[in-house]
Amino acid sequence: MSATDVTLLTAAAAVDAIERGELSAGELFEAYRAAAAGDELNAYLWVAQDAPAPVREGAPLAGVPLAVKDLFCTQGVPSQAGSRILEGYRPPYTASVVAELAAAGAPLLGKTNQDEFAMGSSNENSAFGPVLNPWDRTRVPGGSSGGSAAAVAAGSAPWALGTDTGGSIRQPAALCGIVGLKPTYGTVSRYGMIAFASSLDQAGPLTRDVTDAALLLRHMVARDERDSTSIGFPGEIALPASESLEGIRLGVPEELSDEGVGIERGILDAFNATLRLAEQLGATIETCHLPHAPHALSAYYVLAPAEASSNLARYDGVRYGARVEDGGLVGMYTRTRSEGFGREVKRRIMLGTYSLSSGYYDAYYGRAQRVRTKIADDFRAAFESFDFVVTPTSPSVAFELGAKTSDPLAMYLNDYCTVPMSLAGIPAISIPNGLSDGLPTGFQLCGPAFSENRVLEAAYALEQAIGFDELARRARA
Amino acid sequence: MIDREQVLHVARLARLELTDEEVGRISAELSDVLGHIEKIGELDLDDVPPTTHVVEVSNALRPDIVEPSLPREVALANAPAVAASGFLVPSPQADAEPS
Amino acid sequence: MTEFEPVIGLEIHVQLSTRTKMFCGCALSFGEPPNTLTCPVCLGLPGTLPRANAQAIHFGLMIGLALGSDLAPRSIFHRKNYFYPDLPKGYQISQYDEPLCRGGQLGEVRIHRVHLEEDAAKLVHAGSSGRIHGSDASVVDFNRGGTPLAEIVTEPDLRSAAQAREWLTLLRTTLRRLGVSDVNMEEGSLRCDANISIRPVGVTELGTKTELKNMNSFRFLERGINAEIARQEALLRCGGQVVQQTLHFDPQTERITSLRSKEEAHDYRYFPEPDLVPVATSEQMLEAARSAMPELPAAREERLQSLGVSAASARQLAWRTELGDYFEAALAADGAEPQPLANWICNELVARVGEDDPNASKVTPDALAKLVALVRQKAVTIGNAKLVLDRLVADGGDPAAIVEAEGLGVMAGGDDALDPIVEAALAANADAAEKIRGGNMKAIGAIIGHVMRETKGRADGAEVTRIVRQKLGL
Ligand SMILES: [Zn+2]
Repeated sequence: MSATDVTLLTAAAAVDAIERGELSAGELFEAYRAAAAGDELNAYLWVAQDAPAPVREGAPLAGVPLAVKDLFCTQGVPSQAGSRILEGYRPPYTASVVAELAAAGAPLLGKTNQDEFAMGSSNENSAFGPVLNPWDRTRVPGGSSGGSAAAVAAGSAPWALGTDTGGSIRQPAALCGIVGLKPTYGTVSRYGMIAFASSLDQAGPLTRDVTDAALLLRHMVARDERDSTSIGFPGEIALPASESLEGIRLGVPEELSDEGVGIERGILDAFNATLRLAEQLGATIETCHLPHAPHALSAYYVLAPAEASSNLARYDGVRYGARVEDGGLVGMYTRTRSEGFGREVKRRIMLGTYSLSSGYYDAYYGRAQRVRTKIADDFRAAFESFDFVVTPTSPSVAFELGAKTSDPLAMYLNDYCTVPMSLAGIPAISIPNGLSDGLPTGFQLCGPAFSENRVLEAAYALEQAIGFDELARRARA
Repeated sequence: MIDREQVLHVARLARLELTDEEVGRISAELSDVLGHIEKIGELDLDDVPPTTHVVEVSNALRPDIVEPSLPREVALANAPAVAASGFLVPSPQADAEPS
Repeated sequence: MTEFEPVIGLEIHVQLSTRTKMFCGCALSFGEPPNTLTCPVCLGLPGTLPRANAQAIHFGLMIGLALGSDLAPRSIFHRKNYFYPDLPKGYQISQYDEPLCRGGQLGEVRIHRVHLEEDAAKLVHAGSSGRIHGSDASVVDFNRGGTPLAEIVTEPDLRSAAQAREWLTLLRTTLRRLGVSDVNMEEGSLRCDANISIRPVGVTELGTKTELKNMNSFRFLERGINAEIARQEALLRCGGQVVQQTLHFDPQTERITSLRSKEEAHDYRYFPEPDLVPVATSEQMLEAARSAMPELPAAREERLQSLGVSAASARQLAWRTELGDYFEAALAADGAEPQPLANWICNELVARVGEDDPNASKVTPDALAKLVALVRQKAVTIGNAKLVLDRLVADGGDPAAIVEAEGLGVMAGGDDALDPIVEAALAANADAAEKIRGGNMKAIGAIIGHVMRETKGRADGAEVTRIVRQKLGL
């Protein structure tokens, strides 16, 4: 196989090829290393120089390399969370999930660009410049895992790790035409993930297809002693095989699938086309209700910035990262943080600090936690009548660079359809759903906590039916 | 609504320094976002318990067993300023108001 | 003039004697070189997460049991947010409105709550640094950062500095007895802040309180509280008002200064720590805490009294665990009478070893028991027994052998031996003899003193008195 040929294989296919002896892991790594080093989308912040140590005999992922979002700590390798304040920071330890995947045979290919501290929906908030969408380089790839999504979509990585707090895996996956899965909160260890909002952050795969997502996730889920909130996964993640949706009940929440809430016409058309396909596969489709979903974004923009304002207090110029001297201590703190953090990060720190401050806690944080309870209750109620709830992933296709940077509220609305699942902590997948105006759209499918296997099965059946053309997509990139 | 004074107070709490231009811009932006957020004030949530963790687990305690610490040079390796085997910082006393 | 009454509550921080820190596996620090006991977690490196130490929870439950607190079936940790170089994450993980223990009582003081938290690191002033031009610098050592702390908060039930000191001693003994902490104020494993207000006697509302920080010895605690009470009184007497603030007592100058820096009033922005899950106190955890409970000072005091030890001695023996242990060892060794033994320990032995642990002295409990037995058997006089104790404290050994070797035993031979000596004493103290005849028995002291000098204290005082009365025909 030629170097380009090997990078055309899905990760699962590459594993098979290596196991059959048709491909060497070293050859595959080198092909991807060259592709990543030659990346023109600004998708990478660091690319491995050398081939990794050979993976152990029988390692299930066989040496298929992995691109990893910058915010995962990797020992001795820059881990900057897309921020100036951590420029050049090389941690003395590796994130649990990255170490697990390396042990399973997925060595580190590179670190991918992202919105600073995962705050953003366009990747324009990276201190190291925006990532370009491989479908149209004048447009954003989505965020915050935009580098991971662009790298997988462009074929410079077979698969990638991202993190999702309010949609940061699913939305860029949708905008780049790939698969992105946010697992149930607690199934994947957060140890070593540079935190944005601890009660929401969850690592997940960004892949070319549903099978790859299942394969990568299989080796990610684990109870980790180092993360008190981690619970692991009951059983094993299976590779999906079903091509039918016979007997499956899909609920379409009115609140998240209506033009009235700002979802583009083209997105809704693509979404409805997929619903018709689902019916052909045997599914029943009915409207369902998530009455508190319209308030999810509000609750999210209280909870996430509040936690972030505290999580980001450690960047004080004392133990690591950048420091700007200013005579005294308070001066050093304020100069370091004011110059080290970007505009969006400062905005969210301000918002979070405000909502936690004396006199406002009950009105903001306390209420937002109660809204969170109601949203989880809404989903529980919906799952009594439906197997899955489905929505468009993103209200719009990839937008032009700079289009929303001056309007934070408009930018925040990108998360409208993805945030409710984050607040409820349930698994949700975005799969490519055809094009709108020549740009990818995403179809989101979510289920109850720990229903990953069923979510993947259903997503796989839809994926086969949609027949999203891998090669056509690659040709554009 | 969040006014300039509140913005400055919050910035001090967060150890952020804002230019005059930023104070104006952030107070407008935050007011905008808070205006949206305040819609949750309309909901009746009196009897609703708050969610801190979506998946309720408890304890997850660690046995009291010593694990190796980092060699000092590794602990200090990323520090912007080091002296006397420690992390060097401007003295907090310098900021304290004489009483 | 108005009489004022102080109202005092204490906030006590106790470093727990676990092997590892509150939220990571680093060993606790005992003077190791700076920054050698750190890890990614206690340095607050990006991406790290805390894990609560089960033993610290266990110790917290034991403290709650000892103080008679309600143990919460569910408690959670919060983040207390503020910036300081000794706080690596920019927040301290502490318990806030759902603590491990609530309520309780120790002695006459009610307990408000007991909660767990992590200690700050150590910030050492490093003087002027060439690097930062013209300004002072400090150096942070994270060895201590993350040490488990139990914070015990009392109700404002104390009414004087001396009472506060005495009560803190009882608390220290209780905690030491539990084995949950070294509780050493000088070394910082026991730290005490006091909330102090005063009010006119008879008034029930509380006055405005001030918080006096970190008095690092029992003596300074008492002096600091007294100084603050005096300061508040002086203020009120000249028509001033007490301002609620945090204060620092300087033991060198005895001056009280305000700790308020120019940063705005604290706004800690507490919220539930999302990186930790709730602590659910299971029946198994409770049982483990209950079965680890030793006898506590209050119970010991009661038991010692029931053995016939006086109230004052029982309190002293129970509150100073090491004295109580010494007493019980001596009692077991001999089967001696409890009260005389308690007297010898509380008065004579303590006078000689001071604050030190008598168990570490050269006087074994067995030796002291034997000495007390010799006194009871009238084999040695009380005066000479004290000399024997001096020798035991200095060199150790067996009291009977010392009595023998030094010839300190009560004079053998009774009247025959004593008679001529008493005779001589009466002759040498004719004045005193005359007074005794006249009915003034106090004058007999001079005669006994003379006899004791002559016999090097070996005479039995009662015997001397009997012979004197006989000779004077009384
Ligand atoms: Zn540590």
